[in-house]
Amino acid sequence: MVTSTSRYAYIACDATKCIGCQLCEYICSYTKTGEYNTYRSRIRTVRVDEILITAVACRTCEDAPCVIACTRDALTQDPETGIISVNAERCDGCAWCIEACDFGAISINPATKMAEICDQCQDKEDGPQCVIWCPKDALELTTPDQRAQKARHKLIHEEVHGPR
Amino acid sequence: MYGYSGKILHIDLTTRKSWTEKKPEEWYKIYIGGVSMAARLLWENIKPGCDPLSPDNPICIANGMFAGTPVPVGGKYGLASKSPLTGFMGDSLSGSWFPVALKRTGWDGIVIHGASAEWVNVFIDDDRVMFRDARKLLGKGTFETEEAIREELLDDQVRSATIGPAGEKLVRFANVTNDGRQAGRTGHGAVWGSKKLKAVSVRGTKGVVVADPDTLMKLSFDITQQAQGPYTVKYRMLGTATNVLNMNKLGLLPTRNYQQGTFEMAEQVSGEYLEEHFKVKKIACAQCPIACEQVSAAKQGMYAGAMTGIEYECLYANGPNLGIGDLNAVIKLIDIADRGGVDAMSQGVTISWAMESFERGVFKKEDFKSAKYPDGFEPNFGNAEAAVALAEMIRDREGIGDLLAEGTRIASQRVDAERGTESYKWAMHIKGLECPGYDARGLKTFSVGLAVGTRGGCHNRTAAYDPDIQGEVNRFTIDETRGRVAAASEEYAAVYDTLPLCKFIRRCFTGKADRAGAWPTIAKLINATTGWNFGYDDVDLIGVRAHTIKKAFNIREGWTRADDYLPYRWHHDPMKEGASAGHVVTEEELEYLKDLYYEAKGWTKEGLIPKAKLIELGMPDVAEAIGV
Repeated sequence: MVTSTSRYAYIACDATKCIGCQLCEYICSYTKTGEYNTYRSRIRTVRVDEILITAVACRTCEDAPCVIACTRDALTQDPETGIISVNAERCDGCAWCIEACDFGAISINPATKMAEICDQCQDKEDGPQCVIWCPKDALELTTPDQRAQKARHKLIHEEVHGPR
Repeated sequence: MYGYSGKILHIDLTTRKSWTEKKPEEWYKIYIGGVSMAARLLWENIKPGCDPLSPDNPICIANGMFAGTPVPVGGKYGLASKSPLTGFMGDSLSGSWFPVALKRTGWDGIVIHGASAEWVNVFIDDDRVMFRDARKLLGKGTFETEEAIREELLDDQVRSATIGPAGEKLVRFANVTNDGRQAGRTGHGAVWGSKKLKAVSVRGTKGVVVADPDTLMKLSFDITQQAQGPYTVKYRMLGTATNVLNMNKLGLLPTRNYQQGTFEMAEQVSGEYLEEHFKVKKIACAQCPIACEQVSAAKQGMYAGAMTGIEYECLYANGPNLGIGDLNAVIKLIDIADRGGVDAMSQGVTISWAMESFERGVFKKEDFKSAKYPDGFEPNFGNAEAAVALAEMIRDREGIGDLLAEGTRIASQRVDAERGTESYKWAMHIKGLECPGYDARGLKTFSVGLAVGTRGGCHNRTAAYDPDIQGEVNRFTIDETRGRVAAASEEYAAVYDTLPLCKFIRRCFTGKADRAGAWPTIAKLINATTGWNFGYDDVDLIGVRAHTIKKAFNIREGWTRADDYLPYRWHHDPMKEGASAGHVVTEEELEYLKDLYYEAKGWTKEGLIPKAKLIELGMPDVAEAIGV
């Protein structure tokens, strides 16, 4: 299984909570493009079968393969946040970044033919809009380490009080 | 125009041509979308009087006004053709990714004419229409077909509405499936099959443009939040299967082909039992924050591995109604229906008719021969193995399945004519559509709602069981108010079916599901989407118009007052036990209720619509055609 090695935060989806409603895609496309178009969302719901459902957005890998793969130096990664930005002047839609991404978290905007990557709504005061909208609290902006801490708490809770 | 493109796509399967029809904004204000627009498209494009399985019966798809926007539960579309079960209006609804993707192609609706010479998958790629060879998809189940098309087209954003093997074989209650959801009733799968149309696939990449996106976002966010609270708890937790014990208590749970209203094994097939032992996950349609679909799996015995969404109607039909108290078998039966592309309600009620016919000696063991059972089998009530065999035989039209695939009405008529029997007395259909999971003998307001329903035995187009069950009226008696209640109930439901919004959201606007509780917010949603200036009365008219166009269609197809009937059993066989024992709806009662209902609708005593009424509703051409 591919897992992110990131020390950075990213939008993680708890597949046990995700119902596949796709609201995150609506909110993302509206926030980022001003239109309702799930085709242009930077987070993608995935429904493998009736019960295997989740959502995937950029995992802010360290030494991100997409950045390395870009032949035109259009992608840069913020060393503080890990967020990857796309330089519209340089990107020519060649899709090497898409191939390099193990998570399938990058897509090409069908209108502009440019790569689009989740930026965690860093220009929004209240943070990622998909997290706010998710009706089942399946989405969270979190780091692997924070998730590990949470798992430990849950484990202790279960050992003492039994499974919830 | 906001919220719409103003364009209807016409596709002719015979000539493999397509063209665009432009509709004015005034047309949309009257017909809106969903079942109403689909019904109107059918009215405009069918050759009246045609055989439902002929090329003259078009497939009419009408998208929802809110599909592709964040309006909760607005990702739905309507589907209309002349029903091969009823010969009248066949209208169905389904939701999820298909309508959302369709919205992004920029087509408000699709009309598919003619019939293809070879099996075809129509692929609508934004503006383009392609006719793809579907021969290698033949025999594939519904879910499997969708996946195969995505793999063929190498794009997981392609969404498809498909038919299963049952539709290919023209099973009259075959349905159309998309994204694991069904446009379930009235036999659309057979219509598609008659045109050799295996699937309609869509890929839409365009944004949906609305008049006031910021307002729409705010309204949608609030409703989404409300949908996580007490107003949807029934649907989110146990799902509609919670009805099993309630209906059993009221003596209304159809058991052994409606011979009883209580089931001695109700506990073992209850929503609570399902939750505890079979539930795998709760999932949602696209654009829905509720997630009512209770995906359940059979875990033990010969049916282990069967898995599908379970809700009350399919459960009663294939459980208590067949005398089956093992949920493993019930899940298997519904799984066969969902994958085969069969209406699980009609499947259950047709099998229960066959079981009762067997127990009453109309059928013999040798009538039930198949490749798997060369000597035949004995389908007594409670025989799960026989029920599973029959479901598969119906899907494949094998042996007696070929007869049962015609539905209870045609099957009983044919058998009675051939054998001199009276199996029509336990054929549980109205207008040819098999009845739902509420016994109308103990729900008198509902009984007239069902009898007059434009699509036959359907609980979804009338909610008249509500006042009966809630105790607002005495459910065992009739009075002069019932016609009004039934009329108001179906028009209320038609508003939701036309926008369409899933009815499960109905309490999330203000906590109250009635018109006063819901219409003002719905008007705001409509206005933010379209830029119109709809008020309470305009929302109310949506339902009146939707119902009127469907009824007008039936009248043009030869409907008369005598077509508003109930099954023989509900008139003549009182139940012996349970809280509804001893009651029937007499023929006199029904005729009186029909009088009241037609009067409440402003129709003639014969149930016909006055010209003036149709003109008032903005349908002058309909007035010309069928008004009196």
